This record gives sequence, structure tokens and C-alpha cells, in this order.
Amino acid sequence: MNITSAQYDTGPIGTNNMFVNIIIDGKAMAVPMQVGNRHYDEILRQVAAGTLTIEDAD
Amino acid sequence: MSKAAQLAALIGSGQAQGNQNIIFNGAMQVQQRGTVTGITGTAYGSCDRFKLQMTNAGTWTASQDASAPSGFTTSNKLDCTTADASLAAADFMFYAQHVEAQNLQNLKWGTSSAKSLTLSFWVKSNKTGVYSTEIQHGDMGSGNYWNNNTYTISSANTWEYKTIPITGETSTAINNDNGIGLYVRWWLASGTDYSSGTQAANTWQGTAANRVKNGQVNLADNTSNEWLITGVQLEVGDVATPFEHVDFGTTLAKCQRYFTTYMDVGGFSMYADGYITATLANTFALPCTMRISPTVALVGTWAISNLTGQPTINSNNPNIINIYQDVSGSGRAYLYAATGDGFTADAEL
Repeated sequence: MNITSAQYDTGPIGTNNMFVNIIIDGKAMAVPMQVGNRHYDEILRQVAAGTLTIEDAD
Repeated sequence: MSKAAQLAALIGSGQAQGNQNIIFNGAMQVQQRGTVTGITGTAYGSCDRFKLQMTNAGTWTASQDASAPSGFTTSNKLDCTTADASLAAADFMFYAQHVEAQNLQNLKWGTSSAKSLTLSFWVKSNKTGVYSTEIQHGDMGSGNYWNNNTYTISSANTWEYKTIPITGETSTAINNDNGIGLYVRWWLASGTDYSSGTQAANTWQGTAANRVKNGQVNLADNTSNEWLITGVQLEVGDVATPFEHVDFGTTLAKCQRYFTTYMDVGGFSMYADGYITATLANTFALPCTMRISPTVALVGTWAISNLTGQPTINSNNPNIINIYQDVSGSGRAYLYAATGDGFTADAEL
């Protein structure tokens, strides 16, 4: 998966990080922070490998 | 043996009970994503539940095709658009379906009563020769977790029926959860990292070099190459039974647990409207409970009024998606999907 950007999103309530908004293969997607979601698993793998950094929420 | 006795034997073996096919969408009827072009890595594309996975093995288009053997109307076609005739050692390509673990508990794997499986399918290609298949145990972190076999395409551009035996795995149970229980794969190209050893048919083993038979076809070696498959069935027992045809609605519902797409066709839907001072928000129910909270993407450019931008769409629940956006000023605000607008929700394995 070619993830070119990642940023936390606190959702509409705006308290805790709930999603990671990513650009993957050129497409914008909202990824729930749940292990077992294949995109979130890949985000965690790339962060652990040091190849991806998740930006703070706006 | 009488017909009644034969039926009793089949029922006793776990076969012939209906709902026998572990594979979803084996007849390639459901194609929510449409044709997918330019595949160079891992991609779910074309027919639902099936994915293409590769590293440096050319460029591919996946589509639903009208070519099919008697009794079927559709197949999944993989078409090479950029070739790679010289694979590096680690290069590979395979076609796969990942099966959810909690649907496999009847196999009793990890016990001495582990049930055997039989994989059957129809395949057609211009490229004759030897191909490998693979079952990977989804919950064995290391050890003998691959079971490989071969089949041969004997006649170019001719539908051929293949059956593959798989011995039940007795050492490790498949977890009773919503993760991957089995990886079912058809190898289409392989570097020597996976084929330089000796493949022992239908044997659980853990050496990567033994996964693929020496002489495996490199389907990526020419842009004229294509490979079509349908009638995929994975069932309990040592005998391949006739393909279990399932009505379209049932198959679609099964597939929607893993991926669903909504596209407006009437010019107006998923409407939210109000005199709001902060955020216009709404929720919409997914057509079924998905495997896990899905990754969500907006499709198209939605119609909006008095909002700061296109709606934000996401989900942290396998049943619901959220759509919202801040209002840009006082007064009425609304959003809706027009023709061709919508969303995708992905909870694939």
C-alpha cells in the first residue's frame, strides 16, 4: 500500500483521535483506529518500520 | 451403494448440506468495484472478495468477463498490460481470497479430527503449463503453514476443470474470530525465492522456496497473456462436488460484509438539511454488519450548500457511516449525493 500522507482526525466531537485520514494510491480515505482493519494494520506496520509518520489532528 | 446410502455418506462427511462452498462469489457474479486497471501491487479489483497481489510482476487489469464454461455466465479475467519477462528472485504474483476465521470452525483444524478440503475451479489461459496453488494457515505465526499443489493448463484458450486436495492441518487451530483463517492462492508468477526448492504436493511445510513448483509459468512474461477463472469452490471432504450455485442477492450480501459501495443513480440521495449554526451531520446505515469498522472514502463531488467544503465521511462502527461538515455561514445548509456520487466502505481481510 502506497500511503503518501496520514493525519489523525478527532471526528465531529473533537476530543480524542478516532480516525487516520490517509492518501493511499492517490485516494483519500478515513481509516478507523481498529486493529484488524487492514488499512490501520498497514499504517501501524509502516509507522513501526519508520516509513510513515502520522501528523497531529488539526 | 444405494442412492440413499450415498447421500447419507455425504451428509456424514460434512458435504452435500448446502452452503458448502467456503469461497464467496466463486461464480464471479458480484463485481462492486468494476474493472480495475494499472494494478502493480496489492489490489482488490473486479470480482468481489478476490484480490491480486504482486511485487514487480508487470501491470495488470482485472475485469469481470463474459467468457465462462457451461453452466456459468461470468469469470474473473486478469490481463497483462505491461510485461516482466525476467523476474528477480523475490518477485511474485498470485490471485487470492482470504477466508474469515470464524467461518472455518467446522474444519476442526488443530485437532486429530481435522477435516480435509477440496478446491475446485475452472481456468482458462493462453499460457499453457504448470501452475501452483496454495493454502496458508491464517493463525500459525510460524512453522508448517503452507500447503501447495499444482495444476496444468494443457490447452490454450480452453476452459479446463481442476481439483486440488488439501489435507487437514492438525497442529494449530484456526482462531474463532473475524481475522484471516485461510489464505487461498493461485500462483501466477514466481521468482526463485519461492520456487528454488522442491515442492511436495499436499504437504504442510514451512520453507518458502518449496511453495512453488519448479517450472511455474510466468504469466507476466508477455502482454498477450491473460488468465481467467470461475466456478471456484472450496469444500470439506476429499471429493469435489458440483459447484454450488447461489442466488445473486445472497452472494452480494455475503460480499457486502467485506466491501460495499453506494452510488446515487437518481440524482438525489443521502440527503441532510437544516438551519445549523455549527456542523451539519447525519448517519447512514450500511446494508449489513461489516466484518469490522470500515475504511471509508467519498466518491464524486457531492452537492453542498453553505458548507465549508465537501462532506467528511468516516466510520467507527461496522453498521454505520458518518457524514458531516461545518457550516460556512448562517442560514440553511444541505448536502446530498447526486448521480455518480457516493462512498465506498472497505472491511476486507
